Amino acid sequence: MPTLLNKKRSAPTLRRPAAPALIFGDLWNYDPAPETADPKLKSRYELFIGGKFVAPASGKYFDSINPANEQKLAEIARANAADVAAAYRAAKKAYDQTWSRLPGRERAKYLFRIARLLQDRAREFAVAETMDGGKPIKESRDFDVPMAAAHFFYHAGWADKLEYVAPGRRVASLGVVGQVIPWNFPLLMLAWKIAPALAMGNCVVIKPAETTSITALKLAEIFQDAGLPAGVVNIVTGFADTGAAVMGHPLAAKVAFTGSTEVGKIIMRSLAGTDKKMTMELGGKAANIIFDDAPLDQAVEGIINGIFFNQGHVCCAGSRLLVHEPIAAAVLAKLKQRISVLRVGDPLDKNTDIGAINSPAQLATIKRLVAVGVKEGATLYQPDCALPAKGYYFRPTIFSGVSMSHRIAREEIFGPVLSVLTFRTVDEAIEKANNTAYGLSAGVWTDKGARILKLAAELKAGVVWANTYNKFDPASPFGGYKESGFGREGGCQGLLDYCKLD
Amino acid sequence: MTRLPITKTPKVYVGGAFIRSESARTFPLTDAAGNFVANIPQCSRKDLRNAVEAAAKAGPGWAKRTAYNRGQIIYRLGEMVEARRPELAAALRLGGASAAAATKEVSATIDRLIYYAGWADKYEQVLGSVNPVAAPYFNFTVSEPMGIIGLLAPPEAPLLALISLLAPAITSGNTVVALASSAQPYPAIILGEMLATSDLPSGVVNLLTGLRAELIPTFATHAHFRALGGVANKVEQTALKLGAAESVKRVKLFAAEAPINWFSSEQQNVDALRAYLEFKTVWHPIGA
Repeated sequence: MPTLLNKKRSAPTLRRPAAPALIFGDLWNYDPAPETADPKLKSRYELFIGGKFVAPASGKYFDSINPANEQKLAEIARANAADVAAAYRAAKKAYDQTWSRLPGRERAKYLFRIARLLQDRAREFAVAETMDGGKPIKESRDFDVPMAAAHFFYHAGWADKLEYVAPGRRVASLGVVGQVIPWNFPLLMLAWKIAPALAMGNCVVIKPAETTSITALKLAEIFQDAGLPAGVVNIVTGFADTGAAVMGHPLAAKVAFTGSTEVGKIIMRSLAGTDKKMTMELGGKAANIIFDDAPLDQAVEGIINGIFFNQGHVCCAGSRLLVHEPIAAAVLAKLKQRISVLRVGDPLDKNTDIGAINSPAQLATIKRLVAVGVKEGATLYQPDCALPAKGYYFRPTIFSGVSMSHRIAREEIFGPVLSVLTFRTVDEAIEKANNTAYGLSAGVWTDKGARILKLAAELKAGVVWANTYNKFDPASPFGGYKESGFGREGGCQGLLDYCKLD
Repeated sequence: MTRLPITKTPKVYVGGAFIRSESARTFPLTDAAGNFVANIPQCSRKDLRNAVEAAAKAGPGWAKRTAYNRGQIIYRLGEMVEARRPELAAALRLGGASAAAATKEVSATIDRLIYYAGWADKYEQVLGSVNPVAAPYFNFTVSEPMGIIGLLAPPEAPLLALISLLAPAITSGNTVVALASSAQPYPAIILGEMLATSDLPSGVVNLLTGLRAELIPTFATHAHFRALGGVANKVEQTALKLGAAESVKRVKLFAAEAPINWFSSEQQNVDALRAYLEFKTVWHPIGA
């Protein structure tokens, strides 16, 4: 009896005909599948100070634009130093008279309420977030908004258990905390910053990014509905000057910043003469390392998620793919095929994978660095997909033949651009992964458990994803090594950055 | 006829060797009465950079030692100090400490070393965590040493403060470049000799003597320091923080203006270890 083993493997009759490559791209027209929930936007958003919406002292407003179609969504108040000072006064008053006197279990109830009220209005917030920032609705609906609610829910429970945060020590709140957040996860970053600060008993003055203020001010409505005491959270909107006023105000006992390393350094310098506590969550240039024994299809999905999640506007994006040489060609081929079926377009469409770039300024940055990549000799690949006529869009992009000296391997692009490098040995992979000023995150794809644990130990990064990428949880501390910043957000470790120890 | 005693030439302990400053400069050490005692190396910026290089070489090996091994080595350092208590006490008395005060400080120094020796294989269980994420992932947070730590010791309790600053840093696998008090450098010179015989690998602790004003700019800006700690006045703190911003260094400074009771048990705790640790969170899917 002939067995399979005895059969000639090369016999042409046994070979299946090669399946035609399934490239959807623009060959098929998809019907639009828009999310139609009402985002309940106001035409004008004021500052949220002392529990009330108040007009800015200057009387100035700026437009918030939908990056998907360049249409104006609303007017946002522009806070100046006087408004920021008023916010700090309100926060200090709330801290002294109300919030610091509340027992933890009562603070907890407010945070639980906020979580619940946000869950109630989740779809409305998701649509608003997508319109304001350009991210695909499937991400704001399934990730940003539920995760923001989860952060409030998680930290709520800590508020009356703080004696377990630092064993052997007594923890105390700091006072008023100044916070500045970026535009890539507007609502989620707000929750990351506010929830632990409030759980620990602090009051907050926070500034959202100028392109994405709307969901912050919608959350202020929830603070009102939840009955959160006036002044516990104050939201001031505006540009860099507003941010500088928030970071530099003398009433801020601590400042927390999420944004670029460049701005983080400016803030550190500007506060050098003060005793303010700081946490910095800055940029990244993460290595996503794939070994030849990795489950390839699963890894390719992880690489795609790692770099194209939120248009690559992610500080921990897996923007440097380090591929084991034996599988480099196969991985690149799979990646090219995979990105050719990514759907780029209307962020409100439920089928959209890659939405709009957040702002024309960011689009220009991405284009500039991509041009540098081409000029420095890397090989560019972009699928031939149509982009909407209006709005800010960029095709998913893969650079192959990249070396460590290329700027696209060293600088944070913050867009849907993947640089592919290769390595031969484990040591070379570690060396290349760590050869950066950043150290926020890293990914490892391999079937070997021992290798995962070795790389997890050797990679100089605050988060290591093994056989997965871009996973987040309120219970999971997040933050960087080296020039990616200091301090952690999430988990009991994150709470320690919002307290003092006696 | 009385025998003329042999006096010791003070040298600093850097990279496991006892060296003079490459600059060949010294500054005179006098006792409390103002009598000349010895010439202390006035280390230069180049000495500091060399010390950082020694710390960088020692770092990976030291960090890879098992926690149990690091704990034993720091305990051994305690043994070395215990055996040479009179010598250290004499060094402290040069700075004007009474016999009782000097003895008390040496005792406290040894006890502090033993305290941290015991932490080496325990802090991870206190500071790390397994995190209950809402998805099928095994998620845990572990600590890692930051790397090279720059420390500035104060003149008060010059031995105890120096040990209180460096012991937690090295217990968790960091390496250290420390500047001894400019006013009270001699205990650090003697301490170097105990470090050398304690099984501590060369370069894990590097002790410099010299002038703060001269060396602080290099402490501030040397990009290989991952963190700066110790005691500094307002002006020094500003300079250190400005320099730290350039490479996003962690800064953990005590104010020189506020008195610190180094003898207090509050000056020894697990948070002193945490100050020089990074936290890394690892995700792994759970599934077949």
